Amino acid sequence: MSTEVEAAEKVTGEIDLSRVDSLVEPYIGRKEMVIPALQKVQDYFGYLPRPAVEQVSKRMNIPLSRLYGIATFYAQFKMKPRGRYIIRVCKGTACHIQGSPKIAERIEDILEIESGETTDDLRFTLEEVACIGACALAPVIMINDDPHGRLTPDKIKDILDRYQ
Amino acid sequence: MYEKHLMICGATGCLSSGSHLVEQALVEELEKQGIKDKFRLVMGGCPGFCEVGPIIVVYPDEVFYCRLKPKDMAELVEKHLVGGEIVERLLYKGPDVDVPARFYDTIPFYAKQKFNVLRNSGVIDPESIDEYIMRGGYRAFTRALAMDPPAVCEEVKQAGLRGRGGAGFSTGLKWEFTNKAPGSKKYVVCNADEGDPGAFMDRSILEGDPHAILEGMLICGRAIGADEGYIYCRAEYPLAIKRLRVAIEKAQEYGLLGENILGYGYNFEMNIKEGAGAFVCGEETALLASIEGKRGMPRPRPPFPAQSGLFGKPTTINNVETLANVPLIMKEGGAAEFVKVGTEGSKGTKVFALAGKVRNTGLCEVPMGITIREIIYDVGGGIKGGRDFKAVQAGGPSGGCIPVDLIDLPIDYDSLNQAGAIMGSGGLVVMDEGTCMVDLARYFLSFTQKESCGKCTPCREGTKRMLEILNRISEGFGEPGDLEVLDSLAGSIKDSSLCGLGQTCPNPVLSTIRYFRNEYEEHINERFCRAGVCKELFKYRIDEEKCTGCTACVRACPADAIKGEKKEPHEIIQELCTRCGSCIEKCRQDCIMITPVGSEADVSN
Repeated sequence: MSTEVEAAEKVTGEIDLSRVDSLVEPYIGRKEMVIPALQKVQDYFGYLPRPAVEQVSKRMNIPLSRLYGIATFYAQFKMKPRGRYIIRVCKGTACHIQGSPKIAERIEDILEIESGETTDDLRFTLEEVACIGACALAPVIMINDDPHGRLTPDKIKDILDRYQ
Repeated sequence: MYEKHLMICGATGCLSSGSHLVEQALVEELEKQGIKDKFRLVMGGCPGFCEVGPIIVVYPDEVFYCRLKPKDMAELVEKHLVGGEIVERLLYKGPDVDVPARFYDTIPFYAKQKFNVLRNSGVIDPESIDEYIMRGGYRAFTRALAMDPPAVCEEVKQAGLRGRGGAGFSTGLKWEFTNKAPGSKKYVVCNADEGDPGAFMDRSILEGDPHAILEGMLICGRAIGADEGYIYCRAEYPLAIKRLRVAIEKAQEYGLLGENILGYGYNFEMNIKEGAGAFVCGEETALLASIEGKRGMPRPRPPFPAQSGLFGKPTTINNVETLANVPLIMKEGGAAEFVKVGTEGSKGTKVFALAGKVRNTGLCEVPMGITIREIIYDVGGGIKGGRDFKAVQAGGPSGGCIPVDLIDLPIDYDSLNQAGAIMGSGGLVVMDEGTCMVDLARYFLSFTQKESCGKCTPCREGTKRMLEILNRISEGFGEPGDLEVLDSLAGSIKDSSLCGLGQTCPNPVLSTIRYFRNEYEEHINERFCRAGVCKELFKYRIDEEKCTGCTACVRACPADAIKGEKKEPHEIIQELCTRCGSCIEKCRQDCIMITPVGSEADVSN
């Protein structure tokens, strides 16, 4: 769903603010719930579009600057649209010593993007994560919810080809 | 009635090895034969042995099948589930057993383990409260309900339980402080923000035995006089969150959460808060700020959370593994049992996540006081590929490395501190001669530098400066005196940072300098990285005498930097080589050498 919304937004430059209203409705008057509220908004849009955050600010009566402070503090919140497939390269210790930097390098070469970037066709976003807890199978990447373990650089292309 | 129960490991390790595909194939096979109703399949908790996943354990027969593939399922159904005969081919085999091992008791990986907190993981259905209760669950809580709260604190104190999340503070004492703090509203918080790269035991406990955490929190709540609890869990652990939600729902249904629990006039409400990805939130005051909906930044202590914690109220914060120990201690006679295991200052067991270059990777729970040698060689089965053990990193980015000379060190809180490492959350990453210690230190520091919240100067600026120096050293621009500057910066950061993140983040640098100073000096003075990791500081060369001209490296090289005809010795064109290491992985003759840059003389060595 999020990709359709993003695509629509790209065309019109507008996002559905009434949707934001219903997402934050349960949290109005409970400022300690601002993080769950932003998580809901991001779940829906795939990232935190500025107009949506402005709407959260109005509805929850929290200054926009504070929301921005929170959103930029936590790694989970993204301020830019992301690809259909999120590649998370595990940078945990076990993965690091088993060669995750080489895995990341190969992905960067194939997709011609750097970590943190999205391909122009919005197919892939490349990210790094601290540890996904599959250290026994290092090095590991996740593509959306699928873990891929015991990787070597030469396996990468085939794996990426499966995600169109 | 089911004829058999099949526990399929559904934890991340086995999922990455394809356990969901194995499950699918099993279900299809059972449906095809029309016997699905006879068997109970549980996509359950983790038996810990990730290396040999996917794993299925069949009860009541007690058979441990491993390294399963979807195509094995037809045989497993036909031969074992229908025919009643064990499929020997799918049992555990390895250099450490003479005959295929049938169950936990004959697999060497489990021989030195003692299951306390992992007692239910992989044994019960994590989503069934009945199975938890059948294994003695919630009995400790009902016992605690009938006791005087200070007596509960005292019993946990006497058992010598220490916090499993890092520093190892006495859990009973922590509870006692909160119990004595004035105020009618108090909180219990479970720290499930497991962020150390290389540690995943909390995740496994949450996914495999969520009720143990609820029970631990309920006992703690009773002891300190709290009526509300928060579980702060990483959003990256969706399965753990789902299982906790199911557990809370069931506990409410059974009257174990809510109002007037079991008629004792005790109320308790449980909440889950999802983290949003900030390592510093594992620090207790930062975690509390995050629950309150703020940027997760720590604040100075005192006041300690026991006096002024969540929303300004007295609060006890315990880590997942600590809480999972609590029901064991509080059951009838549990404390006496608990203190039998462990060392003088560290009682009970510890769960370690064993990873890196060791044969048997996975989770293991061992008695405190076990030596590093026993963990690596008996539990871990030794180093992969028969290479030499170099060091083990204990305690993640807050910990330190322990070199081969200290391999007989018994592991407990105090001995690890003395060695310059910490127990931390229990990550153990094993390294062989292919690991560069300078790179390792740089890796950990770049992690903590990124995760530094920026509130206090020593941590924010100090880690940056240290990282710059380490980057320089690994790029070949190290200077004499760098190690002294690192040492002095590290001291200042440790002494003056606000929270645990800053106070411990220089540890990996300090401990690698302490034990591997020669490696740093080689990087600085000779511009050479012996391990072949720091790319500017070595060259690959082919040993012409060993090379058989098999062309495996030529085909593997993505940069076309290797030339040579079939059956002729190959040669690496240094100008084109990116030192990606693809060739060394493929070479079967072991003829690709790591040599210093610019020294032609080394070729002949």
